[in-house]
Amino acid sequence: MKLKGWKELPIGGIVIEPGNSREVETGTWRIARPVVDPQKCTDCLICWVFCPDDSIPSNGKVRFETELYHCKGCGICAVECPYKAIEMVQEADVIMEELKLTSK
Amino acid sequence: MAVELIKERKAVAMTGNQAIAEAMRQINYDVAAAYPISPQTELMGFFAEYLANGLVDTEFITVESEHSAMSAVIGAAAAGARAMTATAAQGLLYMYENLPIASNWRLPITMVLVNRALSAPLNIHCDHGDAMTARDSGWIQLFTENSQEAYHSLIMAVKIAESALLPAIVNMEGYIVSHTIGNVNLLTDAEVREFIGESDWRKNVPHPLLDTDNPVTYGATALPDYYTELKYPQHLATFEAKEHVKRVLEEFNRLAGTNYQVIEPYKLDDADFAIVVMGSTAGVARTAADQLREKGIKAGVLKIRLFRPFPYEEIAEALKHIKAVAVLDRHDSMNGLASPLYQDIASALYHLPERPMLHDFIYGLGGREVTVEDMLKAFNRLINIYTGRETRDRFTEYLQVRE
Ligand code: SF4
Ligand code: SF4
Repeated sequence: MKLKGWKELPIGGIVIEPGNSREVETGTWRIARPVVDPQKCTDCLICWVFCPDDSIPSNGKVRFETELYHCKGCGICAVECPYKAIEMVQEADVIMEELKLTSK
Repeated sequence: MAVELIKERKAVAMTGNQAIAEAMRQINYDVAAAYPISPQTELMGFFAEYLANGLVDTEFITVESEHSAMSAVIGAAAAGARAMTATAAQGLLYMYENLPIASNWRLPITMVLVNRALSAPLNIHCDHGDAMTARDSGWIQLFTENSQEAYHSLIMAVKIAESALLPAIVNMEGYIVSHTIGNVNLLTDAEVREFIGESDWRKNVPHPLLDTDNPVTYGATALPDYYTELKYPQHLATFEAKEHVKRVLEEFNRLAGTNYQVIEPYKLDDADFAIVVMGSTAGVARTAADQLREKGIKAGVLKIRLFRPFPYEEIAEALKHIKAVAVLDRHDSMNGLASPLYQDIASALYHLPERPMLHDFIYGLGGREVTVEDMLKAFNRLINIYTGRETRDRFTEYLQVRE
């Protein structure tokens, strides 16, 4: 996200566009990410209810892929999933994995 | 609608508290919130009488603490109301955590600070200790010498705050001004109301909370990536506020026939020695300067009216040719260095190629009476240090302490 300069901000630090917290990339705070095992997931949507960051999108029937721009990696979804379908994977491991792939 | 009471200008014998209550009536604030504390209690009492008699439209919130008073006027101002509060000493300290919020949110609140010494020891009389704690809060601060100036300053402060979009404090010395009768020339209600303009919640602040068609959030978080960008406009606005103050003082001078400036030099043009002072002591200092001049000593006085933002350029210009300057601080910052006004004056003079010798006198604490003799003592000590007849261990000294 491109950061705004002081001239672009409203006087007094007032928020004039409702809901602009969506723009804040809280995904950078994450040290572990939730990875869903599609074999175990029953689309019960318990994780959708519990995610404090609205990072689990759904159409009311299906659990879509986690939205990593906002997911802070709190791990609540992994704890609450009744089917143990979510594993928290360390971001460092994800990066190591990606490095291995690119160096091949 | 507020009643029109004073239709012709008149001079009335009034205490500072009465004069401020009169200004509040004429201003006809949308909202006032206050908690009683001496010497401010009486002031809000006078205003409550006007309210009870149906002379004003103000919503007066009798809150449960000063913290709530400041919170209430912040909310009111953010909504778009023209709002004020008044307090003193520990009352201001209890408000304190909200002061930098009002200034960063750019809310044009006005506050009457009836200057009182800070506890401990408990004391209800005047010094500038309370005002000094607010010197870095981002509020504009005006100091006043008598009830006339206090009355005028509150009217000016409304316009200053609303044009600079910064909150403003009018300092009025407890008891010395607040409870002492002086001659006050009152403007007519119509003149005051025309000068400050009608309060319009759509225009008092750029984004009023009452504008429900355009909802906004006040008080959002700004993390390390945005905090600086949200402080910088306030930094600039504080510098720019000086021009707003000057413009409003000029407009007011045209209306009332006064001659208010951000600083007021007295016989400084040819002076060798000068006292810098704020508040009612200015009058005593001028008398002392006149007496010294009769003896052939070229003495002068610089009274500071605008304390925040600090008019350092005007001060440097006014003092640059003086041999030695005594700064009179009605407060001790207990910082092992010197009191606040001294530090500010020293900073204002530092960039001059040649600067006056400076000395700091702490005086008038807890309402200690200040006499012409005290001022003569300050001048004499200053002159003796300058000429080498006396030495000094520190550049900051108490003027009136008993051995
Ligand atoms: S880890 Fe936390 S933030 Fe991320 S999807 Fe799960 S519950 Fe939401
Ligand atoms: S709680 Fe578990 S099983 Fe239910 S939708 Fe989420 S991941 Fe799937």
